[in-house]
Amino acid sequence: MANKISINKLNFYYGEKLAIENLNLKIPANEIMSIIGPANSGITTLLRTMNRLCDLTPDVKIEGDVLLDGQSIFSEHSSVTELRRRVGIVFDVPTPLPMSIFDNVSYGPRLARKRNKKPLSEIVEKALTEAALWDEVKDRLKIPAMSLSGGQQQRLCLARVLALEPEVVLLDRPCSGLDPISTAKIEESLVELKKKFTIIISPHNTQQAARISDRVAFMLMGKLIEEGANIEVFSTPKDQRTNDYIRGRFG
Amino acid sequence: MNVNSRTAEKIAKGFIWVIALTVIAVLIFIIAFILYRGLSVINWEFLTSVPRRSGRIGGIASPIVGTLSVTVLAVMIAMPFGVGTAFYLAEYTRGGIVTRIIRFCTESLAGIPSIIYGLFGFIFFVDVLGLDWSILSGGLTVAIMILPTLIRTSEEAIRSVPKTYREVSYSLGGTKWQTIRKAVVPSAIRGISNGLILSVGRCVAETAALIMTAGDELVMPRSVMDSSRTMAVHFYTLVMEGLSERNAYGTAAVLIILVFLINVVANAMINRFVAKGR
Repeated sequence: MANKISINKLNFYYGEKLAIENLNLKIPANEIMSIIGPANSGITTLLRTMNRLCDLTPDVKIEGDVLLDGQSIFSEHSSVTELRRRVGIVFDVPTPLPMSIFDNVSYGPRLARKRNKKPLSEIVEKALTEAALWDEVKDRLKIPAMSLSGGQQQRLCLARVLALEPEVVLLDRPCSGLDPISTAKIEESLVELKKKFTIIISPHNTQQAARISDRVAFMLMGKLIEEGANIEVFSTPKDQRTNDYIRGRFG
Repeated sequence: MNVNSRTAEKIAKGFIWVIALTVIAVLIFIIAFILYRGLSVINWEFLTSVPRRSGRIGGIASPIVGTLSVTVLAVMIAMPFGVGTAFYLAEYTRGGIVTRIIRFCTESLAGIPSIIYGLFGFIFFVDVLGLDWSILSGGLTVAIMILPTLIRTSEEAIRSVPKTYREVSYSLGGTKWQTIRKAVVPSAIRGISNGLILSVGRCVAETAALIMTAGDELVMPRSVMDSSRTMAVHFYTLVMEGLSERNAYGTAAVLIILVFLINVVANAMINRFVAKGR
């Protein structure tokens, strides 16, 4: 299967501090890739590099390359805004903007000026349906998004990304702080969504990784320790540290 | 919780209550005193006729027009520069030499007494540019005077917009300008408006700088090139020259009511147009 994203010899520095060291990773299309590891392993940094949100942080240095469909995302010819439309991200805490549900979900498409192609209302309905939120909010799209529950807000954030019809969806611990029902709903949508998108998730625990992912990568202190198919990594990890982590000996 | 800390709690609470009540009482007393002395003077005649015999008799129609035109002019001139500078400082720069120069200048400007602005306005606008004593000279002078406040409050408002709003907007493919317009401005506009209201208050209250730049003409101004005294200047003259204490209190009462109205209307407008979706 074709690789959607290839990360080649990536080094990432915050100032002098090395956050990701010589990382190589190939991410196949239409699969769920889980990147697991304890806090401070560089996973958030890695996710934020893939759609160049790290550009917003002052004083970072990046070596190596990240290819999306074989094209470097750092090349001068590629547009950052276009990249971010193709590679969406959901953050670890729900981040609704202070506007209505409808305006939140249609935010991206409105900026992209795609309104002529398809009516916004259709885009919004489709995205909310895909994020398993439509039934709960269809009668009150005009209410402030902030008034939704935490779990609903997080699904709203997922819908907001899906409204741009991206190719890759990055999720940075999207279920931390969510109740089990909301978590289950998000997991269900993800499994459904991988038919259309490539999904890269930093799950909030190893059980979640085991439940939903096709492939699993384990990162520790900025290094990729091991990567493989879900079952392989969880049943027969090659590295002792992976074994210790997934058995809960540390992390 | 032991008895000691409970007593301390009570004392602290009582102390804060007394202080707050004192402040409120003083403020209410001042307003009530002026309104008590001034309200009886205010009638339709007082509001619509120009002052006669240097303000001993007649109304304050021309000072009202003078105040409003100087204020509107000053805010209209200062707003784009002030808010623009604030956006530059908060969004477009990460603390280089230019930023530090701007900061230093605004902070210095904020500490200068208004009479100095008046002197500058007199020399530069009235004399060098030949604008004479006029509403335009006064408006320009006060515009410079309110710039620091405007920059400071707007910058604060922009900076207090959560970083996540910007990140979300960028992550959804927003450009810098789209992000500022759609994610930052809607959240910052309330704080920016508060800064504007503060500035309006300073314009309305200004005397020293305006005596030297807008003059003290009592005739109804016909254009911004005409000299006109503002209510605050009128009040000052009436009291200092012992012309009419009665009319002075009437002017002060109108001034207070005007400031009050500006606040109410501005807040209502902010609530009406800005606060939706929250």
